[in-house]
Order: sequence, then C-alpha cells, then structure tokens
Amino acid sequence: MQKLFDIPRDLMTEEELMQPGGLSCQGCGATLAMKLALKGLGERTVVVIPACCWTIIIGTYPHCTLQVPVIHVPFETAAVAASGIRAAFDVRGEKDVVVMAWAGDGGTFDIGLQALSGAAERNEDILYVCYDNEAYMNTGIQRSSATPPGAWTTTTPPGAIKEEPKKDIVKIMLAHGTPYVATASVAYPDDLVAKFRKVRRIKGTKFIHLLSPCPPGWRIDSSQSVKVARMATQANVFPIYEIENGGYTVNVVPEKKLPVKDYMEAQGRFRMISKEMLNAVQDRVDRRWEQLLENSAAP
Amino acid sequence: MNNGAVLTGEHFLNGDVACAEGALAAGCNFFAGYPITPATEVAERMSRRLPKTGGIYIQMEDEIASMAAILGASWGGAKAMTSTSGPGFSLMMENIGLGMMTETPCVLVNIMRAGPSTGLPTLVGQADVMQARWGSHGDYGVIAISPASVQEMFDLTIEAFNLSEQYRQPVFILSDEVVGHMYEKLVIPPAERIHRIERRKPEKRPDEYVPFMGEEDLVPPMACAGEGYRVHVTGLTHDEMGYPHMFHTTQERLVRRLVDKIRLNADKIIRLESDFMEDAKVVVIAYGCVSRSAREAVERARSKGLKVGMLRLITVWPFPTKKLRELAGRVETFIIPEINYGQVAYEVERCAGDRAEIVQVGIMGGTVHSPEDIYDVIEEFAQ
Repeated sequence: MQKLFDIPRDLMTEEELMQPGGLSCQGCGATLAMKLALKGLGERTVVVIPACCWTIIIGTYPHCTLQVPVIHVPFETAAVAASGIRAAFDVRGEKDVVVMAWAGDGGTFDIGLQALSGAAERNEDILYVCYDNEAYMNTGIQRSSATPPGAWTTTTPPGAIKEEPKKDIVKIMLAHGTPYVATASVAYPDDLVAKFRKVRRIKGTKFIHLLSPCPPGWRIDSSQSVKVARMATQANVFPIYEIENGGYTVNVVPEKKLPVKDYMEAQGRFRMISKEMLNAVQDRVDRRWEQLLENSAAP
Repeated sequence: MNNGAVLTGEHFLNGDVACAEGALAAGCNFFAGYPITPATEVAERMSRRLPKTGGIYIQMEDEIASMAAILGASWGGAKAMTSTSGPGFSLMMENIGLGMMTETPCVLVNIMRAGPSTGLPTLVGQADVMQARWGSHGDYGVIAISPASVQEMFDLTIEAFNLSEQYRQPVFILSDEVVGHMYEKLVIPPAERIHRIERRKPEKRPDEYVPFMGEEDLVPPMACAGEGYRVHVTGLTHDEMGYPHMFHTTQERLVRRLVDKIRLNADKIIRLESDFMEDAKVVVIAYGCVSRSAREAVERARSKGLKVGMLRLITVWPFPTKKLRELAGRVETFIIPEINYGQVAYEVERCAGDRAEIVQVGIMGGTVHSPEDIYDVIEEFAQ
C-alpha cells in the first residue's frame, strides 16, 4: 500500500479550482473529494450537478467555490445533461474538455439510474462521478439504495432498520460495457487524483464511485471522516480498484485486514445493527473481496 | 379501528407531521415516499408510524415511482398517500393523469416551495396552484385542499382521503412550506369521532358489474383486484366495462364524466370560510399561510371601520366560481394576496369579468405577506 505522505508532487498541483466560501458541513467528504478531483482534471472541465449536497456546498452569493463552468440540473438528469454538453463541445471541436457529472448516491443509485444507464449504453464521452455518502444527506439523512444494511437513517428507524444490501453500482456499470469503472476514496488522495488525471485520456463513459463520509449522517465526529473512510477500505467494505476495458486492478491492498465490526463501531449510525446482520455483512464483504482478488488475478 | 393509528390527545407538532397523523387517522395504510424539502417530514413520520400500525412504508427511487406505487396500492385495496414538493410534483404528473383516467382514490400532498425548478427549496411558495389544476395532459376534474394551520393539516388530510374515496380520484393537499413547518397545538379526537368515508363497493354480482358506469353522482363503485370481480384498468380510453375503445364517442362519454364528476358535485366539495361579507365593498381572497396574514389585515381594517370582507379558500379546486360570480355583483374590489404572480387572481378575474376590480398582491416566493402589506392595499381601495 502506498503511504499517505508518498503523494507524488506533480499530482498535487498548486492551482486551486475549488476556492473557499463553500457551505459544507465540517469534515464533509464530498467537499474534499471535489477539491482533489479538480486537481486531477484541471481547468478544462465542465461540472454538471444534479440535486445533491453539492447544490448547496458550492456556495451562495457572493461565493461560488468552483472556478470552472458549472450547471445545476434536475435530480434525475446528471448523466444526460452531461451528454448534451458533451455533444455541444464536440460540435465546437473542443474534444479535450472533460464533462463531469457529479452526483450523490441518491442521484446515481436511485432517481438518476435511468439517465446514467442511457448515457452508459450510448457510451457517451463523459465522466460520471458518484460521491457516495450512503443516504439522502441533503434532505436530512433518508435511506437510499446505497445505504448499507444495518445503518440508521430517518426513514429506516429503530424497528425498521435497512436490511437490504447496497446496490453494486460498479457491477451495474460494468454490465453496460463501460470502458473505465473505478472506485476512489478521500482517504487515498494520491490514488484519487491519479484516477481523475487518467480519465482525461480515456474516450467513452468513465465512472468513478467515490466514498465520501458524512459526519452528521454517519454519526461521526467531523475530525474522523478521513479516518473512517480509510477504515472502510482497510475492512474491505469499500475496496479501491479500477476496471479498464474489463481488466481489474486492485489499487489498495490493506496490510492488515480490519474486521467490519471495527469499521461499524467507529460510527453511530450502525449502533442498532444485530449480531446476525453484522455477520452477514462480514461474510458478504469477505466474499466480494475474494472475488475481487480473483478477478484481478485473471489474465 | 384502533391499532394505534389515532393518537388521541393534545400535541405540539408541525404541519407535515400533523398531515401524516391525519392520514393515519383516515385509515391510510400505505405510503410511498421520496425525500424532498420541505415535505420530507411527512415521509419520515410515516416511516416510523406505519410499521407500528399494520401499514407499509416504502421509500421509492423517485417521485414517479412514489405516485405509481400509490396507484397500484389503491387498486390492491389500500388507502394510499405520497408527499412531495415542486420538482417531485412535476415528476408525478404523468401518473396523476393515470390516476384520474383510472379513477383511483389516493392522496397526494404537495408542500409548496418557491419555483420554478429548484427555486427556494427551504422557503415558501404558492405557485403550483395552476399546475395542480392543469399539470397532467388531458381534461379531468381536480380537488385540491389548502390547509392554513397545523390542526387543518390533520383535519383536511382526513377530508382529502374522504373525498378521494367518495369521488374515486387522486386528491391534492396543496399546502405550503410555512404551514408544513410551523409548530402549533393539534388536538386529535378519539378514533370513533373521526368520520371516515370508504370507497363504494359494487353491490351487483360479478357478471352484472359494469366497473366504469357512473352512478347518480357519476362515480362508479370500485372493485379492487382480488375481490371476486374482473378488474381491468387502463389509461387508454375505455368503455364502461373498462376495456380499451379507441373511438371518439367513447372518449366523449368518458372524459365528460371525469370532468363532470367534479364539476357537477362542486357545491358539495367546495369549502369556504367567509367573514364580514354583509356590507363588504372590498373582499380579500386568500388561502394557505397567506390567509393568516390576510385575516389579521382584514380584522384591523374592520376595527377602523373599513368595509372589507374576507374569503378563505379551503378548497382551491374546484374553484368557487358560482360564489365569486355572485359576489362580483356587489363587491367593488377583490384583493388577492398570494405567493405567485397571479394564479388564483386569474381565476377570480375569470369569474368577475369587468364587474369588479381585481388587485393581485403577489410575492414571487420565499416569504409571506405581512399583515401590513395587505392592510396597506385594503386601505387604498376601501377608503
């Protein structure tokens, strides 16, 4: 595993395309994610934002934190609005511009899935990023189909805790034949920036699933969000890997595997999980990790 | 029925939560929800309460799904509701049309925020009035109720269920962010004192039942799936048997009945609150949160001897056309404060023609008129 302080200098440009003045909560993973993503992408980027926390985080008058063109679009349309923008830039002959749809898990796993599927099937030359904080955080923590089993939300209250596993969005994208699908995390900024730099050169649909801790929604202290994100990867709950034209690469292999229990106990949202559910989650995590290693070993 | 659904007693709650409690008291046993400010609290309350009262809450993947699910639930025999706000209301439009065409009882709560588009998600608006009336394509009749207090959010949600069951169609609660988020005292009566209307069931034998034949009030009795009757429901133009029939004469009969079902029963549906009307030369017409400021302004004007009356629309649709036409003969000025650029005002104008002056006092959203805003206009026209 690469150590955090080994970040290659050229990846961390001094240019800041995300300026101060945003309205995120303290310790917001999605904010750190955007800052790092734009470091990888550079200024020739257009950002498409559907309804999500980032509608607000970007800032209100007189602040607008992003120093690149931004268009806010309805909840269900990020991927297809991006398709339209892409077409316009293609007509203008400006092929080097990256059009990035930047949506939350609700806007990706739920309401935006139809548009995302449509764009992916057409293999639109766009970058789609799902910054996943595992619930509808902007409206105050309601469950989404990215909410992990056992997590409390305001619509999965005690007695009706979510039992269903999270959708496997990476597999959904792979099923479309998407040329580049990757996961990334704010806990591994070097890997994250490198991936956003890499996608600039890839034609067709690029999809990055980005884990973004939410301190109020995950019931963690705002100082802990990067740490908890790192635990997610160390526990194999959120492995860091990429699939380029079908070939798997695991980018982060934890030195010492953490039990899922430790990851969950670091957060208040899993306080009500039962032992049985926890064991089931651990089993699923182990199986998925083995499968991932198998896939990455395949020639 | 008391399975814990009716929380008899005194409470201090917000309007969204009171709405959810009203639904439960009305017998709602299915809710399909999707988070959206400022309506999320309705769904959150239902997610907590329904599992404990034998009902089901499902969080859907979007508002299209929410609306479709409650139509399905209704045809499965449930009393179903969903809640949303502007953008979600827009997404529901196609399924609202299906609900109208298939005559499916259900309740849709719209806690209005300021639009268009994303607008002001956390702040008040009243600009969905015309969308509620004309939003889905095609002709149909509409019932929309506009509560002005937390107590009314409870009471009128029950009323909305009753009207939806009685007239067999989706009924709208057209509330607003201020009423949805305000906290007030709410009194919930004992379960046995809550008046509930259930959809009329066919009395005929299955081989004699004509599922889309309106009775005297133009409403057909409703057999749900699994009740022993053949059920065939379609958004295509259908004959009285419910089967698709692509012919203009069938379309004529069906759509006329769908519209007339509300139009001809309007007097029974419409609910108004009118005060100080006897000698009024000026009448303030308001609904929802704005009616609270309007009442204050009207009372102040009365105390100063100004001849002003107050008409509050409890039902915004069907519109009280008859009442307005009658008033237009003796009232000189209608003042319509609303949080839009003239939607109810437009209807008042339609009714009054040039027999009265129409003064629209519009706010584009984000705040409510103060009583002074309305009082100043009254003073100008009532002197």
